[in-house]
Amino acid sequence: MTETQQAIHPIFGRLTLESFPIHEPILVATFIAVALGGLAMLGVITKYRLWGYLWKEWFTTVDHKRIGIMYMILGIIMLLRGFADAIMMRLQQAMAFNGSEGYLNAHHYDQIFTAHGVIMIFFVAMPLVTGLMNYVVPLQIGARDVSFPFLNNFSFWMTAAGAVLVMMSLFIGEFARTGWLAYPPLSGIAYSPDVGVDYYIWALQVAGIGTTLSGVNLICTIVKMRAPGMTMMKMPVFTWTSLCTNVLIVASFPVLTVVLVLLSLDRYVGTNFFTNDLGGNPMMYVNLIWIWGHPEVYILVLPAFGIFSEVVTTFTGKRLFGYTSMVYATVVITILSYLVWLHHFFTMGSGASVNSFFGITTMIISIPTGAKIFNWLFTMYRGRIRFELPMMWTVAFMLTFVVGGMTGVLLAVPPADFVLHNSLFLVAHFHNVIIGGVLFGLFAGINYWFPKAFGFKLNQFWGHVSFWCWVVGFWAAFMPLYVLGLMGVTRRLRVFDDPSLQIWFIIAGFGAAIIAVGIGAFLIQMVVSVWKREELRDNTGDPWNGRTLEWATSSPPPDYNFAFTPVVHDNDAWADMKKRGYQRPLEGFRPIHMPSNTGTGIILAGLSIACAFGLIWYMWWLAAISFVGILAVAIGHTFNYHRDFHIPVEEVVRTEEERTRLLTAATAKA
Amino acid sequence: MTPFRLLFLLPFALLLGGCDLVVMSPSGDIADQQANLIIISTILMLIVIVPVMVMIVLFAWRYRHTNTEARYEPDWDHSTGLELIIWSVPLLIIICLGAVTWMGTHLLDPYRPLDRLAHGKPVTEEHVPLEVQVVALDWKWLFIYPEQGIASVNEMAAPVDRPIHFRITSSSVMNSFYVPALAGMIYAMPGMETTLHAVINAPGEFEGFSANYSGAGFSGMRFAFHGLEQGDFDKWVETVKSADGALNRPDYLDLERPSENVPIRHYASVDAGLFNAILNMCVEEGKMCMKEMMAIDAEGGLGLAGIHNTMPLTYDKYARRGAVFGPDPSYVLSICAVEEAPGTAEFTPTPPANMSPIVGAGLKRPNVKPLRSFPTTFWAAPSRPSNS
Repeated sequence: MTETQQAIHPIFGRLTLESFPIHEPILVATFIAVALGGLAMLGVITKYRLWGYLWKEWFTTVDHKRIGIMYMILGIIMLLRGFADAIMMRLQQAMAFNGSEGYLNAHHYDQIFTAHGVIMIFFVAMPLVTGLMNYVVPLQIGARDVSFPFLNNFSFWMTAAGAVLVMMSLFIGEFARTGWLAYPPLSGIAYSPDVGVDYYIWALQVAGIGTTLSGVNLICTIVKMRAPGMTMMKMPVFTWTSLCTNVLIVASFPVLTVVLVLLSLDRYVGTNFFTNDLGGNPMMYVNLIWIWGHPEVYILVLPAFGIFSEVVTTFTGKRLFGYTSMVYATVVITILSYLVWLHHFFTMGSGASVNSFFGITTMIISIPTGAKIFNWLFTMYRGRIRFELPMMWTVAFMLTFVVGGMTGVLLAVPPADFVLHNSLFLVAHFHNVIIGGVLFGLFAGINYWFPKAFGFKLNQFWGHVSFWCWVVGFWAAFMPLYVLGLMGVTRRLRVFDDPSLQIWFIIAGFGAAIIAVGIGAFLIQMVVSVWKREELRDNTGDPWNGRTLEWATSSPPPDYNFAFTPVVHDNDAWADMKKRGYQRPLEGFRPIHMPSNTGTGIILAGLSIACAFGLIWYMWWLAAISFVGILAVAIGHTFNYHRDFHIPVEEVVRTEEERTRLLTAATAKA
Repeated sequence: MTPFRLLFLLPFALLLGGCDLVVMSPSGDIADQQANLIIISTILMLIVIVPVMVMIVLFAWRYRHTNTEARYEPDWDHSTGLELIIWSVPLLIIICLGAVTWMGTHLLDPYRPLDRLAHGKPVTEEHVPLEVQVVALDWKWLFIYPEQGIASVNEMAAPVDRPIHFRITSSSVMNSFYVPALAGMIYAMPGMETTLHAVINAPGEFEGFSANYSGAGFSGMRFAFHGLEQGDFDKWVETVKSADGALNRPDYLDLERPSENVPIRHYASVDAGLFNAILNMCVEEGKMCMKEMMAIDAEGGLGLAGIHNTMPLTYDKYARRGAVFGPDPSYVLSICAVEEAPGTAEFTPTPPANMSPIVGAGLKRPNVKPLRSFPTTFWAAPSRPSNS
């Protein structure tokens, strides 16, 4: 062995002082900023003695609403990190011309694009989507919580633990330099011997546990806990899309788990699943990861489709056009999403018949997706469209998404894919559907359901600023990438030698800067709304004249959501109740059975971070101790018999009387 | 749209006119047909996309809240006729597109030998394809011309209107061989061979590169592709032949080591079996070629002996790619008859050419010593008795 290699330290594993990137000015500055910001926050929390409150009311909560909000906060924080990566890439690519190396070396740049993809998919889009489903689905089906409230808390903390691991890699060691799907052999131990890929594997494994369990939980909730009268074909469309999404999660995330287990076996115990030699086959990894990866796209976009369905019906004041075909379209997409994975690697050498099969199945998905667009379109037809923020996001989505859909079908034609695969055209395409579809949907959803969660609407002015910056910024940032793709520019390049490309990268950089303003405006929108909340206050619980059950209760809803479980007679249950002159029951309340808070979830997640950290750095003692700790805490939790309590009837009466008072005041004002 | 806004758009139009959309106007027949397919598909889809976009804007405007004159039917939520249209129109378009796709995919399959050089110019028997063997190395391209017996790094040339048959592989990680002006891409993968048939129809200087991220030096993994008239091509071959280097196996093992932004390099001659050795991962002395291993496996394998007989099969190069867990494995280096056994004590096999690790993803070495180390003593003293 050469002298640069040392034995693994019995305590610190392969962690040495050199693992801390103290020579990287960008990282040091980031670390100082994060540390100062973190210290300031800890100081504020300590000063106002919020620790107890946070621990009792939030960290240990099993209330689906609070867990939903925590998911959203996690997603928004990680959006800032993922977007910082995006801006750095745009800047690098706009600079690195005419012999300039830009300002990032390969070691740094390659981590950035990997981290950007991983963070945006796993720790921004997933938490935001899961958060909205968590918050809204139980309310929409008239339930008091999800089926397994503790599991819900545990799922959240596991997702957060994955995010913590990714953030940790910024300051201790490094992240993967492999691209967001970590194809072997590049991600194998032979070609990526450092900790980066191990951070990748364990962050996704830990977060994947959370995602899978949350999928199980929501499926069970939707199947078992709907209000009486809500048959499957009377479920709100968002609940339908959530159901399909969670079916996809439960069916596909295990594949991701297994493929990452196989990769870690290759890396840790010297197996040869995906190595070049000894019978390994890297193509198998590519197949397996896309069998998870393609459904993942629909995991993200289906809930967004659900959000648009809710928003369109509410703001046009109409029933959804073609509810049945909408539901069938969703189910068809769910099934078909398993039959298209190979379109991600037409260029890997499959035969023409295989390629055309997968190309055509991909195109077939566009039929139900197109039907959905038409359904929203004809819901708008003969409606009374109020252009509140959620509706604006929806119209922007429809216009943007059809373009992304079109380029998607184009890429599904294998010979076209041969010239566009891995190009910036592809990058533009999937940002077109993920920003234009998922992200616009999430913003529509946030603006739509925020008043439900907090009892006041979001500020309109800053909402408009954010909206226009995002939409304009998106087009400015990604249209140049379409053009560059047609000029034959491939993705993940760090330096360029053709000066005629530079102008397009500069335009794209400006686009990204406009999006940055959009994100800033969104944060300002939050702050301003909290600050002026009394002006934006809504006491009715139904600020948009909504149509589904979540608008039947107060904003924010009481812990128990509904004092009496509503009975459903029609889809658009709340619109139907309002039409038939529904009277809120004012007496006959009974104590309500509720689950108790528990700290087990956060403790398990903390131990998982320790275990993953031990595995990443080869600190075997740490991994072993924390793994035993996980088992002990999990078993110990089964002996916890204080799992539930009853909200006393007096408290229910008090809460409901307060609601009556507010409602009367609101009606009198109107 | 006001004249002012048009003025604002003008620079963008100029930009688009001024840039070289090589994917849409290539110089090779295959890429040209692929570009046509892009145009046909786009037009087919626009049949439905444009009306939808117009309707979105139209409906959003017409049924706005303030327009009380528009009809408002809050309970209208079904129309069988409309439903039929919105499902069948996209279906019809997808049927057309599916047919185009099926034909196009088969006709433009990179494995399919060409049947035409350009529109109206069929391939005849006198068009013998030029074979070019391509190896994606960390981080440069090696081109071997078996017919001419030459090789070059980061530069290739091909005569105009002669079919080219690429045989493509890689030495370490996945890359993608792509010359946008010539034809679509195909992955280059270690231990595997992919094929591309293409033809260049116009002389010119084109650029080729790797279109699949492969590690630190990926950005510089570019090569020049010269489309040349036959005479010029012959001259180019002469130039390459006048270079003094020869590419033999030890040179290749040197070349294979990671390097970035490698300048063009020519080799006047090439070891004839080099490409097949690279493909079968047995350039290094003492390695068993993959095809031999597969032949043995096809016969039922080596049985239990095969479990230990892995030394000639290891390829990925991080210090024999050890694991962090598990005991040191022992190896069978060769199999000999019973009467030869007493002589094995003096047996000294040739160690592999270069024992130091090659790290592909970054040039930095890990600071870890894998437990599965490579003790110098083990050549002499196998730790486990085997059938030798």
